[in-house]
Amino acid sequence: MSTAEAPAADTARGLPPADGRGRNLWEQYGIPALFLAPALVFLAVWIVYPTISTTIRSFYDRSGDEFIGFDNYETLFSDDTLFTAIRNNFLWVLIVPAFVTAIGLVFAVLIERVRFSTAFKVAVFMPMAISLFAAGVIWRLMYEKDPNQGTLNAGIAVVRDAVKPSAALERALPSTQDLQGSTDSGFVLETPLEPGSGVARLGLTGIRASDVPEDAEQAVVPEALSGGITGVVWRDFSPGGGTPGTVEDQELGLSGITIELRDESGRSVAETTSETNGTFEFPDLDPGTYQAAVSSDTFSAPFAGVSWLGEGLILPAVMIAYIWVWAGFAMVVIAAGLAAIPRDLLEAARTDGASELQVFRRVTIPLLAPVLTVVFITMLIYVLKVFDIVISVAPGGVQDDANVIALAMWRTSFGGVNNHGLGAAIAVFLFLLVIPVLAINIRRFRREV
Amino acid sequence: MRYRWLVFALLVSALAFVAAGCGGDDDGGGGAAGSEDVSGSISIMAIWGGTEQESFEAVIAGFEEAYPNVNASYTSGGDNLAPLLNTAVEGGNPPDIAAVGQPGLMADFAEQGAIKPIDNLREAIVDNFGEDVADVGAVDGTQYGLMFKGANKSTIWYNVASFEEAGVEAPEDWDGLTEVRDTIKAAGITPYSVGVDVGWPMTDLFENIYLRSAGAEMYDQLARHEIPWTHQSVKDALTLMADVVGDGSNLAGGTSGALETEMPESVAKVFSDSPEGAMVIIGDFAPGVTETTLQPVEGFNVFDFPAIEGSEPAVMGGGDIFLKFKDNPAADAFLEYLTTPEAAELWASRGGFSSPNRNLDTGVYPDEITRTTASALAEAEVFRFDMSDLQPSAFGGTPGQGMWKHFTDFVQNPDDIDGTAEKLEADANKAFN
Repeated sequence: MSTAEAPAADTARGLPPADGRGRNLWEQYGIPALFLAPALVFLAVWIVYPTISTTIRSFYDRSGDEFIGFDNYETLFSDDTLFTAIRNNFLWVLIVPAFVTAIGLVFAVLIERVRFSTAFKVAVFMPMAISLFAAGVIWRLMYEKDPNQGTLNAGIAVVRDAVKPSAALERALPSTQDLQGSTDSGFVLETPLEPGSGVARLGLTGIRASDVPEDAEQAVVPEALSGGITGVVWRDFSPGGGTPGTVEDQELGLSGITIELRDESGRSVAETTSETNGTFEFPDLDPGTYQAAVSSDTFSAPFAGVSWLGEGLILPAVMIAYIWVWAGFAMVVIAAGLAAIPRDLLEAARTDGASELQVFRRVTIPLLAPVLTVVFITMLIYVLKVFDIVISVAPGGVQDDANVIALAMWRTSFGGVNNHGLGAAIAVFLFLLVIPVLAINIRRFRREV
Repeated sequence: MRYRWLVFALLVSALAFVAAGCGGDDDGGGGAAGSEDVSGSISIMAIWGGTEQESFEAVIAGFEEAYPNVNASYTSGGDNLAPLLNTAVEGGNPPDIAAVGQPGLMADFAEQGAIKPIDNLREAIVDNFGEDVADVGAVDGTQYGLMFKGANKSTIWYNVASFEEAGVEAPEDWDGLTEVRDTIKAAGITPYSVGVDVGWPMTDLFENIYLRSAGAEMYDQLARHEIPWTHQSVKDALTLMADVVGDGSNLAGGTSGALETEMPESVAKVFSDSPEGAMVIIGDFAPGVTETTLQPVEGFNVFDFPAIEGSEPAVMGGGDIFLKFKDNPAADAFLEYLTTPEAAELWASRGGFSSPNRNLDTGVYPDEITRTTASALAEAEVFRFDMSDLQPSAFGGTPGQGMWKHFTDFVQNPDDIDGTAEKLEADANKAFN
């Protein structure tokens, strides 16, 4: 007991305790440890343990029973699907952080100069308020190929229709082998025609009944014309198919169709337009043999829509959606940095005669560099882990082409392949990729502190 | 695959309205031989919840009426049924009876000795369901399962107005289908709406063709990978498949449109008053996957997948297979009860159910569409389980791999028949080793 009283007396006198080492240790390590313990437990259970166990799992086969060394890692780089994922992720890293930062910077600088900057900021920042998955669903709908469904293609269709007026028919097919060609080249009747006896029968099918011009009448085969060639162009279809090549009851003539007459060398010598019953005539021809053709001018295929979600465009399509979401975040962070820049520096530069562009490049950007780096590195880390927007924008059939590492990992482990060994290897690979970026980030934090 | 159960749930809820309207005419006529000698209690598990659960509980009630001393209780496992059963088996406490949708799972359980043979019921099963459906529940010649509820995936749905405009009728055979396709096209209507989705609608199409063009025996051999995917019969079937998907001008939105379309959307394109395609080749769950203003039969209708070169009526499909985990006289009695048409009628009359039972009077189905698809299922000379469901999942059930991937690629390159066959064979080899 007496020993316990002595230090108490020392403390009372304001001196360090004689055997104070124990207490110091407690203060130095014990109390921090107590405060850190909850966080450490969380880290250990949710970060450290899974990391170690995932790494170990990646050296085992699908069932988890057999140790297979680096086989999973070999598969990772030899499998086509996984390789595409790695390549795509590489493209993401190259393109997306740079775009997000650049667009954010441009927005931030321009916004300072507009009147309703707050409203504009809110609008650009809004995408951050919705989840990436929901943003993906929105873009998925906008990218739909059918112009009646996809906003983007609807816009293109409107512009296209304004520029190019539609022709008589959208599409058609020849009804018999006698007629050759396509809507692009026109349909040529193979049978040669001579003036005085030639009657051309140009039967077309593949035309919706509702697309036939309203003034159409029953098709009629015209009489031969002395010194000329006559013919009929009609919708050679009656319910059930009818007899191709024969004008039947209820089969309507096609009006307003451009018919060409070609000579033996294939050159167009005359052109006419069909009547409401489908008939046409070329009077007063020189003797010889001719061919009749339905001109390609007759057709203008409707706009089928750009295949944004097809395998060719899916990668940029997903990236655009992602950039749209994150540009707002970049803008807000950069705008905050911009507000902190001393105005007198900019004023000084302007007084010295620098143009706005020079001020921006030589003064604003260098001053903003720390903020730009934060945005860029944050995006770099996010982009390496990108997952949910890919799965929500890309339809199942093209997910291979839009694949990224995180998605490949999920699909391999849980999305049906159920190969947890390979999935773990992908996860470890992704982890290794993120580490250098994290290290840079941590070092930067230290320097700033 | 998860889709399909979702689809079922939707189908059932849709049909429940119909059933609610015409139900109540059940006079409880039980021809199934009951007995008061059997007593005890049994626990049953399956995926059915909601309306399906109510319907199945009606079947249980029918059973308890016939066997008054047996007490049967049902638990829904939902979508997690397979892991639940696996855990229960491992823990040594499985239910007495469970219904699973995957023959592969049944085979696993049989190998582990977790399920009991029901060879004594084989005769009753064959009498009521026919050899083929009975064989779905057999592993290496031993009967373990009974497929009580079926799904018919050999169906083609069409827009009635489009068919009328083109003046065509539902075809009987493959040549007829090709003719119908051409006539519809000549009328200016796009013949097919195809939704490649992640690939499984294309494996279903291939399986339907293969079952008819190569025959059921070859189908079994290919399913077990006893013949290679490079076999001529596979290439022939791919050639026929190109009749449907090979020409982009036959597909709504062209080839690229088909590749971007998911299954429910492909159905919606046909079940519409301004249809983008006249026909969609998809299983009997189609009406449940989309909202439509069209009326069944008058607006949209269904015909059986046509025969190829005189092949017999065949159905490719799926179903829920009842398995017995514990020897228990009450469990035997219940399984026996399920073989009877009376048991099937209890659910069939409520809707949302296709019975493979041949002795069930198809008049009990509440609507004409179900009657058509269910009677095709029951009357099929040949029934085969969906081949991709019989494969290792890496080959038969994974987006971006195996069958799903190569049949998707085939839609893109329909001329590359040899290449497609070779890639399928390479992946099958990997999966089966």
